[in-house]
Amino acid sequence: MFDIIKERIHQGYRTLDYPFKMPVITPRFAGLPSVTPTSCAGCESKACLKACPMGALNIAETGPELDMGRCLFCRACENACPEKKIAFTHEHRIAAYSREALIVRGPAPADICQPGVRPALGQQKRDLSLFARSLKLREVSAGGCMGCEADVNVLGTLIYDLGRFGIEYASSPRHADGILVTGPVDENMRKALLDTWEATPEPKIVIAVGVCAISGGTFSCGRENCLGVEDVLPKGSVDVYVPGCPPNPWSILDGILSAAWKKKRMK
Amino acid sequence: MFHYKETIEYKALPLLPMEELTVTVVDHCRRGWRMMAFFGLNGESGREVLCILGHAADQMLEAFRASMPKRYQSMTPSCPQAHLFERELAEMWGVVPEGHPWLKPVRFCPAFDGKRDSRPGPAQADYYRIEGEEVHEVAVGPVHAGVIEPGHFRFQCYGENVMHLEIQLGFQHRDVEHLILKSPAKLVLPIMENIAGDTAIGHSTAYCTVVERLAGVEPTDRAHILRRVALELERLANHTRDLGAIGGDTGFLPTSSWNGRITGDWLNITSELCGSRMGRNLLCPGGVKWDVDSELAKALVKRVQSSYRDTRGSVDVMLETPSVLARLEGTGKVSRQAAADLGLVGMAARASGVAMDCRFDWPLCGIANPALTKRVPGAGDVMARTLVRSQEVDDSAASAAADLEFLGKTSGSEPVRLPMPEKLPAGRLAVALVEGWRGEICHVGITDDEGGWLSYKVVDPSFHNWTGLAMALRGEQISDFPLCNKSFNLSYCGHDL
Repeated sequence: MFDIIKERIHQGYRTLDYPFKMPVITPRFAGLPSVTPTSCAGCESKACLKACPMGALNIAETGPELDMGRCLFCRACENACPEKKIAFTHEHRIAAYSREALIVRGPAPADICQPGVRPALGQQKRDLSLFARSLKLREVSAGGCMGCEADVNVLGTLIYDLGRFGIEYASSPRHADGILVTGPVDENMRKALLDTWEATPEPKIVIAVGVCAISGGTFSCGRENCLGVEDVLPKGSVDVYVPGCPPNPWSILDGILSAAWKKKRMK
Repeated sequence: MFHYKETIEYKALPLLPMEELTVTVVDHCRRGWRMMAFFGLNGESGREVLCILGHAADQMLEAFRASMPKRYQSMTPSCPQAHLFERELAEMWGVVPEGHPWLKPVRFCPAFDGKRDSRPGPAQADYYRIEGEEVHEVAVGPVHAGVIEPGHFRFQCYGENVMHLEIQLGFQHRDVEHLILKSPAKLVLPIMENIAGDTAIGHSTAYCTVVERLAGVEPTDRAHILRRVALELERLANHTRDLGAIGGDTGFLPTSSWNGRITGDWLNITSELCGSRMGRNLLCPGGVKWDVDSELAKALVKRVQSSYRDTRGSVDVMLETPSVLARLEGTGKVSRQAAADLGLVGMAARASGVAMDCRFDWPLCGIANPALTKRVPGAGDVMARTLVRSQEVDDSAASAAADLEFLGKTSGSEPVRLPMPEKLPAGRLAVALVEGWRGEICHVGITDDEGGWLSYKVVDPSFHNWTGLAMALRGEQISDFPLCNKSFNLSYCGHDL
């Protein structure tokens, strides 16, 4: 018993007062992309398109467009662009309320990486204030590789302490306010996901975590219909998208807080 | 026979009749060879079957190739480690192994050529059943109560006692092997990193090794050491998490909550190397994408040492608590014989006394690593699997710290990434064996006439080890399942591909 108490004192207090203090994330972390919106008509190499493994880039008249919903944040385009028009900032808060808002067309705002509440990108599809006090989520891994699942799970640990926001993972969809889906939704999980979604009582929210759940990610060109949550659930049912492969846990926490519209209460 | 680092010309392998292949393979397995991969492929002359065997004592591999029959005499009755490979072959290629004791689909996926019209729903099959007045069946999954992957479990129980557990997976099937052949070349590495997300370094190391062996490119020592650091960090993070989970399922909450946090510390050290906690975007064929300078190396050594202190302290209070030990000892036993017969790999096999570890048996490079030793406790119960992890935490932390120190001292001495040829040589076969944190990861790559992939086979350690978990539950109680499950902590997606 004495040893346990001694060790407890050594292990210390570790919970971070998020979002009012910013986590220390490695300098090599790739966060919110920033794009210089000038025409790429003069560029002949189109090196970024060749480098991107995912087809997440599009060259529009106004310059490059980067779809975070397909991006692996691997920096291949950043390294390839001869004019350095694409860069990844250090901002981890990259969740969005709509699929469209995940497409980056311009430079990142000047006030990124500052502590405090930051709204998710885009507009909410519907009012989520109902979930602001307590939120129980059923997690469904539908073909997820355990990367996103591990980073969703870790939010329950001391550093993040999800419980202090009134958010918990429920063991049954019947007890949940919504579902959090990871993985590209392969054919063999299609029905289980639909059943879980249907078993969740209305009103309910859906959070898609990771590039797989958003667009199928690296598995989208196969035969197992891995095209993400919106390919299976009714259109418009996803309330928050958290991109990344896998997203950093702080990005996921930010996404879940956006889903619950808890940020409004924090202000 | 060929040395494990060599490549061979695929077409030069004699095309045996299937009967000869099975007899030879069974004979080899009797003499201590292990089945590492057994799979079908579309060869030039039609469908073929390939079996890769390994003999760790002299570091030799053997490849046997046969033309694919419609039916053949199953190897499983005399060579149980073939059981799941034969089921997989039957499901994907429609080859019937006659006399297989438990022939049913593995993943409920369409056949490899995609031609099968009617496909059974996931887990829709007959299950092993025990009849009797007081015998009952408990079905769990696919969606589980925690934040874990889906899978279906059927317990045959008499009262609380489990007589048999059948594990039916396949829900995570994303068609990885087909995607590797069909996806654009630049997408293959990210797919490898996502085969089993908690083993991204393990699988990407295996893939890069296959490609480098085929191309005849030997990465620099510095690249090898960086890969080794990443592989040991992956082991540390996962062992720390599992030790915490074992604490949680024993009801010992201090270690459970501390280890959850320390796991994050280990993952964050990996993210200092490549920006991703899960080891994405670190490796590439030819070496690694990121180097560490002396300043970063020095900082990381300190972090490794402090995280190691935290892990050791947290795990030690658990392992010094008698009530925890009483719960772990004797629970979920897998005998050495069963582990060897079923072809279990990695730390689960070592816990049962099978002394196999790819880091020693099939080393990736010639650079000595005095910090590592083979840990083989041998009792085969949850306690043994806990001890392997605990001891490997010591070894891996010492190894990572020593390697990082060396990298810091020799910073800038040589490149970490060598250029790769645009095309791989045609018609060659290479095998990579990597000790991921769960165990042996086996990748087999065969190139076609243009230097693309003719076939690429992935065998995750979980493919072998799920049967070990089913064996561990025999004669135990349902309430022992979570604990036994955590002590193996197998990958669903690694099995399902």
